Amino acid sequence: MSDTSSNPDPHEFDAVDHSHDHHEGSYLEPAGGVWATIKQWALTKDHKKLGVMYMFAVLILFFLGGVAALGVRAELWEPVRYKTTTTVNDQGETVTTQEVTGQIFNVGRPKEEPVTDADGNPVLDDNGEPLTETVRVYNLQTGNETYNRMFTLHGAIMVFMVIIPSVPAALGNFFLPIMIGAKDVAFPRLNLLSWWIYVFGSIFAVASIFLGGVDTGWTFYTPYSTTTDADHWRVVYMITGAFILGFSSILTGLNFVVTVHKLRAPGMGWFDMPLFIWARYATAIIQVLATPVIGVTLLLLIMERLLHIGIFDPNLGGDPVLFQHFFWFYSHPVVYVMILPGFGILNELLAVHAHKRIFGYRAVAFASLGIAAVSFIVWGHHLFTSEGSLAATVFSALTFLVAIPTGVKMFNWIATLYKSSIVLNTPMFYALAVLFLFAIGGLTGLPLATLATDMHLHDSYFVVAHFHYVMMGGTIMAFVGGLFHWWPKMFGKMYNDRWAMVGAVLVFIGFNVTFFTQFFLGTRGMPRRYASYVDEFQIWHQISTIGSYILLVGFLIEGAVLLHAMIAGKKAPPNPWGGMSLEWETESPPIEHNFPHEPIVKHGPYDYDEVVPPHWDPKDYPLPEGAPSHHEPGHH
Amino acid sequence: MSTIDTESPSAKQPLWTRMTHAHHFRSHDEEFDACKIGMWLFLTTEVLLFSGFFVAYAIFRAMYPEAFRGGSHHLDWRWGSLNTAILLISSFTIAYSIRCAQTNNQFWLKFNLLFTAFCGLAFAGIKFALEYGPKWAQGKRPGILYDYPNPVNESEPLWWSVYYMATGTHLAHVLIGTAVIFIIWYRATKGMYGPKHYTGVEITGLYWHLVDLIWIFLFPLLYLIH
Repeated sequence: MSDTSSNPDPHEFDAVDHSHDHHEGSYLEPAGGVWATIKQWALTKDHKKLGVMYMFAVLILFFLGGVAALGVRAELWEPVRYKTTTTVNDQGETVTTQEVTGQIFNVGRPKEEPVTDADGNPVLDDNGEPLTETVRVYNLQTGNETYNRMFTLHGAIMVFMVIIPSVPAALGNFFLPIMIGAKDVAFPRLNLLSWWIYVFGSIFAVASIFLGGVDTGWTFYTPYSTTTDADHWRVVYMITGAFILGFSSILTGLNFVVTVHKLRAPGMGWFDMPLFIWARYATAIIQVLATPVIGVTLLLLIMERLLHIGIFDPNLGGDPVLFQHFFWFYSHPVVYVMILPGFGILNELLAVHAHKRIFGYRAVAFASLGIAAVSFIVWGHHLFTSEGSLAATVFSALTFLVAIPTGVKMFNWIATLYKSSIVLNTPMFYALAVLFLFAIGGLTGLPLATLATDMHLHDSYFVVAHFHYVMMGGTIMAFVGGLFHWWPKMFGKMYNDRWAMVGAVLVFIGFNVTFFTQFFLGTRGMPRRYASYVDEFQIWHQISTIGSYILLVGFLIEGAVLLHAMIAGKKAPPNPWGGMSLEWETESPPIEHNFPHEPIVKHGPYDYDEVVPPHWDPKDYPLPEGAPSHHEPGHH
Repeated sequence: MSTIDTESPSAKQPLWTRMTHAHHFRSHDEEFDACKIGMWLFLTTEVLLFSGFFVAYAIFRAMYPEAFRGGSHHLDWRWGSLNTAILLISSFTIAYSIRCAQTNNQFWLKFNLLFTAFCGLAFAGIKFALEYGPKWAQGKRPGILYDYPNPVNESEPLWWSVYYMATGTHLAHVLIGTAVIFIIWYRATKGMYGPKHYTGVEITGLYWHLVDLIWIFLFPLLYLIH
């Protein structure tokens, strides 16, 4: 829309309005040739294209991180043992052989060895120095190092490159502007920059993997991270990658805060926004406020590795615990960057597929902000074993505060389902799965927040199971549910719900088999990040590993269903589920500028009792008795 | 983000009168507000970025007061004061340039922008040539690079780490700000800013004030407190 005030004449207004709408077709329409299309996507400022690119990048990296996790699970099938056997050979001599059992992955380690001739004498080069060659050594230790690299790879990819951008950047980019009735985000060029920063940072991180991998764990704790692999730059690459990815996160968050403030369609007040937007808004605030701290932390860490400035190095008077404080001051709030958008999606899934107003809209909206606020004062619960007891007590008490807004949300979602018209399709299945899994994930957080029990559970598999129930059972499940919910809108194609359901059930079963067993492992004392374990844990590890491969099959089916839908799916109607928020008012897939005209919001996102959903016929959508008579079938 | 109207009969008017807002905003005011909110949020992230250095300073000062006192004595408060004065003056000139854009005072708009940018260069010049350079040469370096023969305290390298990291990051911000101000000045020479369109000058000014403000905190902490 152009300057309307200087153009009071309605015809001129129309002319001006259309001058910007060169492409009334779908945003997916190619630009012409292959190169033109590639250029169109690479340089696009369209939030929808950027969202789609984020989504595919996230899915590819999810696969990569998932393969690493499967490697970890496979390695844990059998405990690593150093077996010494003594035999007597033909000459009557006692021969001791040692072999490593239970080790699957071992990439070895390069080592300089002197070159010897046939008699075992060292070979000298032209200067008379002993000649050396690089050989790869494979032993128990290098196998364990390979394991450390695998779980670091899994953790770093999943946290920095998958979960953080999954819902916030991929689905957030695509749907935030559409759901508030805007043409784009506030700063489209900045949005494009965020995307390329994300790509650039991911290249750094993935490059460090191909250069041999990193074994610091995704948390980069000092002094280990400043001393390990001292002869190589790959740890620096990984940290630099995470540092760069932080800028992408900050700029996306900043963009979305401004977009929500300034670009809501006429008629959309703060409490007329879909709850996904509230959740995404709260997330964006955390991204803006927390991410700079990891920026400075990783900057100091890079300098620590390169110049040994000593800030985190106890040998030079520095303090490694300071790193932990800095790190978790970011990384705890960022846990809510991961889960809050998942909560947001859950609102949409439950309301749309149960056709019911979200129970306690304002409570859920404020709970998002409440979680965001509390997230900044609980970082110390990651340091219960490395901080003073007074600090630990205070942080423990503060941590319990998180349960309040989260509990408000859980109860409101369950109350939403009460007496609703539930359609048990794939998105709804994922929503119910999140309710179930997140309840477990949330409740198992309480013993970890309690000091006395945490002393036992700290750094055990209980923690691993807990955060997988939250991060994967909560965020990833909600993300996949969101993909099934919005796939018809994003690509204009319907998917095969039956097969999607098969995959979803497998994912649900596989997930629980994989991670519920880990609660038992943790309470019995299995520490996290170990390549080996005592024999009595083996049965639990094997169940868990079987579960992880069920999970793989489930996700492969889901991926196939979504790809099949893109290629050969039936054309999707604009509003396949009878949704009420603005994204269902436009075409599937949306047109280039989202809406032919700026939408005017006349009803709330969840007014299922009073309004016929857009694109639905009142005959097909009988309103309940006593509904107001002014049926507003959305804006046309 | 703004687009330029080249077709209407007013195309002979100064450039700033022809700047229209980006198509996804409803009005120019809305775009202006959005840019300002965006810059304020960005400044918040900058404050949090520097918070890391201030926390490190506080903790290590508490841990090694002798080292910090000794290290601080090596800094010359006169160069620090001069740089503080330079930044304060530049903050005034960039604020004045915003006012000049609002009142369509094109000459002083350009003069003030250019003056501000040269203040940024002067700050960087003093920092490099008169502070970092000699100190680095004397062996007053961060961490294991420290090579000064008679330190007051064995933890003095840590003081230099905090000093170089904090002022170095600040200096990077000064240089980026200076580059941006040169770009804004170039655009001002093309007539892009005037009473109806001065978003770029305004948000650059906001950024420059923050750079100044951070120095206002760094200067006493590093140079003046003994």
